[in-house]
Amino acid sequence: MSATEAPGFKLGVDIDNPVMPYLRRDRIPHIWCPGCGIGTTVNCFARALTESGLNLDEVAIVSGIGCTGRVAGYLNLDSFHTTHGRAIPFATGLKLANPKLKVVVYSGDGDLFAIGGNHFVHAARRNMDIMVVCVNNFTYGMTGGQVAPTTPLGPTQTTMPYGNFENPFNLPFLADACGAVYVARWTVYHVKQLTRAMKEGLNKKGFVFIEALSPCPTLYSRRNRLGDGVDQVKYYKEKSVIKNDANTKDVALGFQSEIIVGKFVDRERPTWLEAMNEHLGRVLGERYTPYGVTHVED
Amino acid sequence: MHADPRGVLTGVHFIDGDHAACEGALAAGCRFVAGYPITPSTEVVERFASRIPTVGGVFIQMEDEIASSIAIQGAAWAGKKVMTVTSGPGLSLMMEHVGLAAITETPCVFVDVQRGGPSTGLPTLPAQADMMQVKWGSHGDYEVIALSPHSPQECFDLMIKAFNLAETYRVPVFFMMDEVVGHMTERVVIPPAEQIEVVERRWTRKPPGEYRPYDTDESLVPEMVKAGDGYRIHITGLTHDERGYPAMNPTAQDAMVRRICAKIRQHAEKLVDVRMDGVEGAEVVVVSYGITSRVAGAAVAEARRRGLKVGHLRLVIVWPFPARLVRELAPSLKAFVVPELNMGQMALEVERAAAGRTRTISVPHAGGTVHEPEAILEKILEAAR
Repeated sequence: MSATEAPGFKLGVDIDNPVMPYLRRDRIPHIWCPGCGIGTTVNCFARALTESGLNLDEVAIVSGIGCTGRVAGYLNLDSFHTTHGRAIPFATGLKLANPKLKVVVYSGDGDLFAIGGNHFVHAARRNMDIMVVCVNNFTYGMTGGQVAPTTPLGPTQTTMPYGNFENPFNLPFLADACGAVYVARWTVYHVKQLTRAMKEGLNKKGFVFIEALSPCPTLYSRRNRLGDGVDQVKYYKEKSVIKNDANTKDVALGFQSEIIVGKFVDRERPTWLEAMNEHLGRVLGERYTPYGVTHVED
Repeated sequence: MHADPRGVLTGVHFIDGDHAACEGALAAGCRFVAGYPITPSTEVVERFASRIPTVGGVFIQMEDEIASSIAIQGAAWAGKKVMTVTSGPGLSLMMEHVGLAAITETPCVFVDVQRGGPSTGLPTLPAQADMMQVKWGSHGDYEVIALSPHSPQECFDLMIKAFNLAETYRVPVFFMMDEVVGHMTERVVIPPAEQIEVVERRWTRKPPGEYRPYDTDESLVPEMVKAGDGYRIHITGLTHDERGYPAMNPTAQDAMVRRICAKIRQHAEKLVDVRMDGVEGAEVVVVSYGITSRVAGAAVAEARRRGLKVGHLRLVIVWPFPARLVRELAPSLKAFVVPELNMGQMALEVERAAAGRTRTISVPHAGGTVHEPEAILEKILEAAR
C-alpha cells in the first residue's frame, strides 16, 4: 500500500515525498488538526535525520502523552510512546542500557514541563546524552485547551476562562540553567533553521534542548481569536527576531509578543556516561572496564 | 543457561536479606538498576551501586520512584535485565509504570521491602500490607507475579526465580520482602555460577519485516526484540494490536486485555510454589508467607505439642494465588488460619478460594513488629474446637 492509498487518505496524484521513508506509511493519516504545526516539525526532523548521517537502525525516539506525544508512533524508527511526562526517564534507561543508540525525546510543553518537569531538570543536570525536542503550542491540545506551564500571561484557556494569570516558564532559560549543552528555539516558520538545529542536535553529545513554537489553531488560536494556523505562522514571521547567543534570561515569551529565536547555547560538558567512566576508571583502576565504549554488553 | 560468573559471588556469606537480594539479582543477570533511596530497602541499591562497576552494568539513582520505575523499562527495551527497589511510599508512586510494564509486556522486577503504612507510616518497621496493592494497584486489568521470601537465603534464591519468571512471562514481578527479612542477617550460600539456571529473554528469530511485537503462540507470551537491532518497533502504553500500533476499539481491547491476563492465568498451576508441612490429615491449616511464616512455625509446633493436627502452608509465590490447592484442602479442614502483618489481605484470598467449604480465620496485625506466636496459637486453638 502506498502512502497515498492509506485508508481514508487518497490523493489524486502519486507524490514522491522525500520524508515518506521516515514515516510508518501504514499509520497515515495522522491525528493532527489542519493548521497544526507538529507535522512541520516532524518534516524538519526527518530531513535532519537524512542530513545527520546517522544509522537509522540505531536511532530511537521516545514520546510522552499528548498531541506531540504521537510523533513517536508515526516515525519509522524504534519508537516508544510512554506515559505522561515520563519520556525522559524512559529515554535515560534506553540510552544507558545501550549507549550506541541515539535517543531522541519528542514531546509537548505540558508533557515535558508540567508533569514531566522534574525529569527534564535532572536529565539536563546530569547531561544525559539525549536530544529533547519540545513542540510548544502553549496549551494542552489533546485534552481540549487547558492552561499549560508555557501559556503566556493573558490568553484564555478552558481552565483559565478569564485569562491566564500564571507566569509561564522561559524554557531556554530553564534548560540553560539546568546545564543543557545545546539550547535553541525556532518556530515552524523557520523550517530551515529548525532542521539545522535538529541536525546539529543529533550530532551533539549531551543534553540537547530544542524548542519549536507551533500553532494550535483548534484550541489556542480559536479561543483567543488568533486566526488559523497560517495566521499564527505569519505572526511568527513578523514578530520573530533572530538573536543567536542571546542570554536565555532575556528570551521569555509574552502573549503574541516578540519572539526571540536562535541558537542560544552550544557548549561542551562530559555526559553522564563519560563522567561515570572517567571517574570509576580513575578510582577503580584496572578493576573497571569502561562501560559502553567498546561493545554494548560490557 | 548458566549464570554469568561475573555476577556470582560464590561462597558462604553472613549477610542480610537486602544484600542477599542484590546478590540474587546480580547472579540472575540483572545489569541495570534505577532506584531512589527509601528505608528499609536502600541497602539493596547501595550494594548494587558498589558491585556493578566491576561486574559490568549501570546503576543510576533517579530523581524519584516514578522515574526509576520507567527508566528500568527503557533499559529492558535496550536488552538489559532490570530491577528497581523500593518500599511502600515509593511503590505507590511506581504504580503508574506497573501498568506500563503490564500493557507493553516489559520484563522487570520490582523489589518491595515492606514497611508499615499507610503513607509514610513506619519507615523502619515491618509490615506485609502491600500484598493487595501489587495485585491491584495500577488501573485496568492485568496479572502480575509476586514472590515472598522468608530468609536472606531465600532473598538470594527466589530473586533468581523472580528474574526468570519476569523473562518467561514478560510481566512485572514483585519481590515482596519486609523490613525484618530485609535487615535480618543469616548464613547465605551462593553456589557456583554453573549451578545457577537463568532464563534468557525469548528473543525472536524472525527477521525484521516478518516480526510483529505482539504476535503470540500458545504460550500467549510474545517474542521480544530490542531497540537498535533494526526491527523499528513501536511500543505504546495505549491499547494496541499485534503490530504494536494503537487500536482504539473494543475488539483490540478485548484481545489484548484477555491475553495479558490469560498468559498468567493459564499457567497458574505451573506457577504454584508453596511449602507444605503436615498438611495431609490436618484439621487446621495455617496459611502464611514471608516473615510471618517463621513466627507461625513456632505456633504450629506448639499446637502439635498439644496434640492438634495442624498443617502449615507457606506461600512462596503469592500471586498468582494457589486457589485450586486451597479449594481442594478446604473440605477436610475445620478452618484455615491466616496470620499476616496487615489487617487481613491474603486472608480474603484464602476465604475466596475456600468458597465456604471451611472457615477462614484471619489473624491480623497492623505491623511495626511481628506477631507473638501466642496470638497465632490462640486462633489455631479456636479453629480446632
